[in-house]
Amino acid sequence: MKLRVYVTLKPGVLDPQGEAIRHALGSLGFDGINGVRQGKMIELDLLEEDAAQAEETAKDMCEKLLANTVIESYQIEPA
Amino acid sequence: MKAAVVVFPGSNCDRDLQVAFAQAGAEVVPVWHKDTSLPEGVDIVGIPGGFSFGDYLRCGAIAARSPIARAVSEFADKGGHVLGICNGFQVLLEMGLLPGALLRNASLKYTCRTVGLRIETTDSPFTREYSAGSEISVPIAHHDGNYAATTETLARLNSEGRVAFRYLDNPNGSVEDIAGILSENRRVLGMMPHPERALSGLQGSADGKRLFEGLMGAFAPA
Repeated sequence: MKLRVYVTLKPGVLDPQGEAIRHALGSLGFDGINGVRQGKMIELDLLEEDAAQAEETAKDMCEKLLANTVIESYQIEPA
Repeated sequence: MKAAVVVFPGSNCDRDLQVAFAQAGAEVVPVWHKDTSLPEGVDIVGIPGGFSFGDYLRCGAIAARSPIARAVSEFADKGGHVLGICNGFQVLLEMGLLPGALLRNASLKYTCRTVGLRIETTDSPFTREYSAGSEISVPIAHHDGNYAATTETLARLNSEGRVAFRYLDNPNGSVEDIAGILSENRRVLGMMPHPERALSGLQGSADGKRLFEGLMGAFAPA
């Protein structure tokens, strides 16, 4: 089954790239932006068919490689 | 002193680091990332700068999970000395041998220039040849050198005197101007600036030389 993993900087960790995007949006005339945070999405295609088991595996992958839990948090959802 | 220098696909300071160790009088052995063990009798492992694995996923993330990384980790756990420079510092953080993380530079720019550093402690085999509080010039060249750590980690690094170098004029947004940190046993050093690129006046500065000479002295037979 396919899963999507979203990896984002934890709240409170400065996101210079998000800030740059916010400025660029501002210069395009998009005002009223409180903030922009940038992250990444990783799509996993696993052989595992059991949803709970697949999520467990994805979580293990996040802890061991996909996210740096010092600064990043992750979210897993079915794709 | 026998120094092993790890080479990953995308390392580009490995030769410079080998030269720096060799000039200080060390025997140098290059080690490939797929190797599963370090050569016999190694005193120190150098993790060089560069763009290991193309900086894919996160800087240093893939390298930190390579076969040699496990051997380096075991070596450090047994009290071995490890020096990580630039991408090597990123690798050591990803391996968990040092605390904290390196974020994209606050300027969002790749910054390549010589910067001033203050020696914060001489209590380490890496900084013993310097004098505390003195200022040195060493080049930096990175895009992700913005050191970040929790308040607790910072408090601990400060109280244990584990900040080795601070920037005089912060080039990347690092918290508390931190340019390099030591492990708890003071035998693992991670730093963003490149001492191996400051070995002679021809390179603009020879201030990096004392780091390697200090190491050599630390391993000299008494």
